[in-house]
Amino acid sequence: MAQAGVMKAAVSGEIPMTSKVSRIRLLTCVGFILLWELIATLGSVGVLYNDVVPHIWHIVIATFNELISASFYRDLGMTFAAHIVGFVSGSIIAIFVGIWLGTNLLARESMLPYLNAIGSTPKIIFLPIIFLMFGVGIESKMAKGALSAFFPVVFTTTLGMVLINPVLIRVGRTFNLDKWQMITKIYMPAMVNPVITGLRLGVAITVIGVLVAELKFADGGLGYRLGVYYEQFQIAPMYAVILLIFALAAAANSGMTRLQDRVNRHMAPTSSKGKKAAASASGGLGFGT
Amino acid sequence: MSKLHKMPVVVGMFGVLVLAIILELSVDFGWVMQIIVPRPSDAILSFPVVQEDMDLVGNFFITLGMTAAATLIALLIGLPLGYFLYRREAYGIAYEGWLAALFSTPIVLLYPLFLVLFGRDYHTLVIMGCIPGAVAIAIQTRQGLLGVSQTLLNVGRSFNVSERDMFRKIMLPSATPTIFTGIRLGVMYTLVNIVAIEYLIDFGGLGRIVSQMYDRFDIPETYASILAVILVSSVFYAGFGRVEKWLRPE
Repeated sequence: MAQAGVMKAAVSGEIPMTSKVSRIRLLTCVGFILLWELIATLGSVGVLYNDVVPHIWHIVIATFNELISASFYRDLGMTFAAHIVGFVSGSIIAIFVGIWLGTNLLARESMLPYLNAIGSTPKIIFLPIIFLMFGVGIESKMAKGALSAFFPVVFTTTLGMVLINPVLIRVGRTFNLDKWQMITKIYMPAMVNPVITGLRLGVAITVIGVLVAELKFADGGLGYRLGVYYEQFQIAPMYAVILLIFALAAAANSGMTRLQDRVNRHMAPTSSKGKKAAASASGGLGFGT
Repeated sequence: MSKLHKMPVVVGMFGVLVLAIILELSVDFGWVMQIIVPRPSDAILSFPVVQEDMDLVGNFFITLGMTAAATLIALLIGLPLGYFLYRREAYGIAYEGWLAALFSTPIVLLYPLFLVLFGRDYHTLVIMGCIPGAVAIAIQTRQGLLGVSQTLLNVGRSFNVSERDMFRKIMLPSATPTIFTGIRLGVMYTLVNIVAIEYLIDFGGLGRIVSQMYDRFDIPETYASILAVILVSSVFYAGFGRVEKWLRPE
């Protein structure tokens, strides 16, 4: 089908959409690099943003230096450990709370307004409480990660429970399944997709939560490293750390998106021709339109 | 269905009250250290102290003003950008993925860079606040316009409606609920970003109060200022949620 479109475009002399899109992207990248270099050059001659926007090769060298530095990997390890512990603990608690809220109407309707209120609040303002409870070590970063992961996962799990096909629940009751069997045989399989959506959001938000906590008070981690470079006005390494953080966040997000796509393909209903219906988790922002 | 099921709001309030009493008693009996968690009553009674010391209401208006300014800039960038990405299909396809990626990146971490570029100023907070807002509004505007029913467009064409009227009378009203979802998300992300940066750089409105109260180790006042931020966020969330429900009737 796509080939036919390309052939048709070639015959009519039009540029196919895919090459138009590639050209726009390429031109945008080139334009951005040129603009950046122009600002950097103006900065180096003292006209604009002196020393604030470094040349791209300075950032590349700084990135290389970061990647061969042992202390970078120590900080990466601290951030990674805080992220994993925070994400796993926050998500597990959230899934259980979500299941409870999803199955209990009274609990859901009475608690959701409060969860929404805290969920819509910038979690960073809870840092003073977390620092008071856990100190300024890695434990507080883990707790902040857990708090950040909790809300997206609890909301999607609750919604996933509420939207389970009632026919499936009636089938479970017809077979006299007990509560635990209902959870493992009916609720869990039906909720895989919404839970993974929540986990995908949770991974990204936990990364931000941990890094922001490290920026405020820490003795290690990538956020702490970024703060140190800022305070010492080491601009090129600062950009290098930001770039590496963004790359790691994008990789984590991409991994979760691939997982969700795989689950979607696995869970999608089989069509009459025996092909799985296409479903993608990567489109849009992840919220309904 | 029991009587309790008919009044979940009362059950919720009762639950919060019971938790507050348990916490109050736990602090009184020494089961919870007062230097970590103050009595709920102390935190509530600290509101006047925070108001007197830090001008809570005045700082609320500073945060509100910056959020409003950032949202306005986000609207001025996001709406035309979303429309452009809808009109120029190739640009829409080329940039949508990038915008979605930008939306999920931790923009708040760029604050050292923005501080270096613009200084420790209100402008920095407004500029950083408006970025995620503009991205959310642009994406949702494009989605909203793409989602306009083909039937409605065909009806417009059969009446020989001009391009301008087609946009004004058919496309815009049809896309409004989706665009408003983008505006709501934009406002929430703008507020979150501004309060977060206020807290991190110890400058501005409500976020700065939380940071300074903690630095002074005034624990009840710290909790009171956190409660104030939660209150503001909830009011924003609930207010925009109501307008969105009104625009998108079931």
